[in-house]
Amino acid sequence: MQVVYQKSPALTDATLNYCPGCTHGIIHKLVAESIVELGVVDRAVGIAPVGCSVLAYEFFNFDMVQAPHGRAPAVATGIKRAVPDTIVFTYQGDGDLAAIGTAETIHSATRGENIVIIFVNNAIYGMTGGQMAPTSLVGQVTQTTPYGRAISAQGYPVRVCEMLATLDGVEYAERVAVNSIPNIRKAKAAIKKAFQNQVDGKGFSIVEVLSTCPTNWGLTPAEALDWLKDNMMPVYPLGVFKDRSAREGK
Amino acid sequence: MANKVTINEDVCKGCGLCTTVCPKKIMVLNRNKLNTKGYNPAMVDDIEKCIACGMCAIMCPDSVIKVEKE
Amino acid sequence: MAERALMKGNEAIAEAAIRAGCRHFFGYPITPQTEVSAYMSKRMPKIGGTFLQAESEVAAINMVLGAAAAGVRAMTSSSSPGISLKSEGISYIAASDLPCVILNIQRGGPGLGGIQPAQSDYNQATKAVGHGDFHILVYAPSTVQEMVNTVFKAFDNADRLRMPVMILGDGLLGQMMEPVEFPEIEVTQPDKPWAANGMRGKRGKNIVNSLYLQPDKLESMVKGRFERYEQAKRELPEAETYLTDDAELVIVAYGASARIVRSAVESARELGIKVGLIRPITLWPFPDKIIRDIAKNAKNILVVEMSMGQMVDDVRLAVECAKPVSFFGHTGGIVPTPAEVLEQIKGIAGGAK
Repeated sequence: MQVVYQKSPALTDATLNYCPGCTHGIIHKLVAESIVELGVVDRAVGIAPVGCSVLAYEFFNFDMVQAPHGRAPAVATGIKRAVPDTIVFTYQGDGDLAAIGTAETIHSATRGENIVIIFVNNAIYGMTGGQMAPTSLVGQVTQTTPYGRAISAQGYPVRVCEMLATLDGVEYAERVAVNSIPNIRKAKAAIKKAFQNQVDGKGFSIVEVLSTCPTNWGLTPAEALDWLKDNMMPVYPLGVFKDRSAREGK
Repeated sequence: MANKVTINEDVCKGCGLCTTVCPKKIMVLNRNKLNTKGYNPAMVDDIEKCIACGMCAIMCPDSVIKVEKE
Repeated sequence: MAERALMKGNEAIAEAAIRAGCRHFFGYPITPQTEVSAYMSKRMPKIGGTFLQAESEVAAINMVLGAAAAGVRAMTSSSSPGISLKSEGISYIAASDLPCVILNIQRGGPGLGGIQPAQSDYNQATKAVGHGDFHILVYAPSTVQEMVNTVFKAFDNADRLRMPVMILGDGLLGQMMEPVEFPEIEVTQPDKPWAANGMRGKRGKNIVNSLYLQPDKLESMVKGRFERYEQAKRELPEAETYLTDDAELVIVAYGASARIVRSAVESARELGIKVGLIRPITLWPFPDKIIRDIAKNAKNILVVEMSMGQMVDDVRLAVECAKPVSFFGHTGGIVPTPAEVLEQIKGIAGGAK
């Protein structure tokens, strides 16, 4: 028999602590598989954030560092500058990357650090019980916007890929989603490309992955996939926002 | 000989995402069984129809499904 | 023969760090220590090291965390308000059992305060540089040469004990120029099999982490760390004593204050006053035994600091309230003069004999 699909060896035996149907698990698989396929497991160092994926250091089968909230890109910078042949990535949620960590995100990008950032955007703060995120949608009901996010009080959501694409230091910025098999395949390709960029020394690569939070959206896992498609994708269009090498014909 | 789908029933969280992507609609949650965590685990209802596309396994966030083609 | 140079304190420390094997420095400008970054920015690229001016002191300490986690000697430098910014990062570094060196060139506080020298971060450094149960080693050099020598000790002890080490200077020490020699010693760095720098096909995965959700596991991690702190308390307390053998009044002061007090002690001795000086060199672990032993033969203790009085509490504890302990100091960036200290001495010990 030929194996069509099985669990990646770059994932440990630990049971993932994510809620049933949370798409963090899918994104973990894509990262693990990319690292294995590029043959860089032995050089990989992942940085776990604060958020639902704080325990990511238990789930990946290679060196991991747990960073303070929002600081993962700075920690990544320290590791990569210290040992340049490591393959370093951060794995961050929307609070970690786009709220408390905004400065670290922007500056690691504009410095062009040769790292990968996996940005899991589910428009809410999962771990702490469903508060508004910088990427929460206008009108979205969350624990701290019980009447829906109001422009007058909480302003607008932030589009990270579009913002970072304006920085010359960014090599590659793509937004993908994991709500369907075709989108998962594209997400895998983007994540693998980001890691390939680091292997090739091409510089800062970020993949923003639209992701679900069934628990805090108050939906079943299957309904959450539809909510992502119907509500998040119009605000956060999928696509490549920056590909410096492609633009320069490399 | 049929294709083979192995499901790690005790790790499965019964999220049902696999059931939404099976093109043959043979992936279901087993309403007659509870795993050790109290979830209804996924199961293949009619393996003969399985085409070993692997989409259930690709979708599964917990890597509980292994798909093999004959 | 060791080369001798006239160097500014901030620059001498930077050079010493490089000689001690540090190749990764992450800084941010803040008066009065910006010269450390400026010096590193010139030296590091020439020796294949990393100098990075981070976007903030917060980012800088987290870059130190990363570099230390990857197994290299890493350092950052700042001044009082910037050290407050590093508070979280230092807690995480301590809690992840990582080594690093942090330089604080103190300035007047609190808040934005002033840019003149102060010693008002003593409590922060020795009691609460970050949240949670942990300690960092704290060294208080008082000359540019001593700052240089301390850097070597700092990196060695940081690696050996797997903890952050702070060198607590102040604006006077950072800005003054004094002759300095760099020790010609071979620097050997220990292996770091715990570092997160890639498995390389040689070992299983390493995790550098500070999260332990199970209370009994977290307690055991903290207690294990405190055993190393006990080792530090046994091995590392250091203080210099000056004319304490027959002293009836003993003054305790550190860093730049100690130099001022020493002048005053000399003047007082010329007047026949039996006064001496204890200069703590390690502020954590505090040299309480040295102070307690000397205090037994003294009648009075005076503590002089450039603050509202922070180390004075530790001196009172060390003396176990057996002798009266008084305090003299200035804050706001004012440096006490030897004449002022002499007046204090006369006030306590009586005038000339």
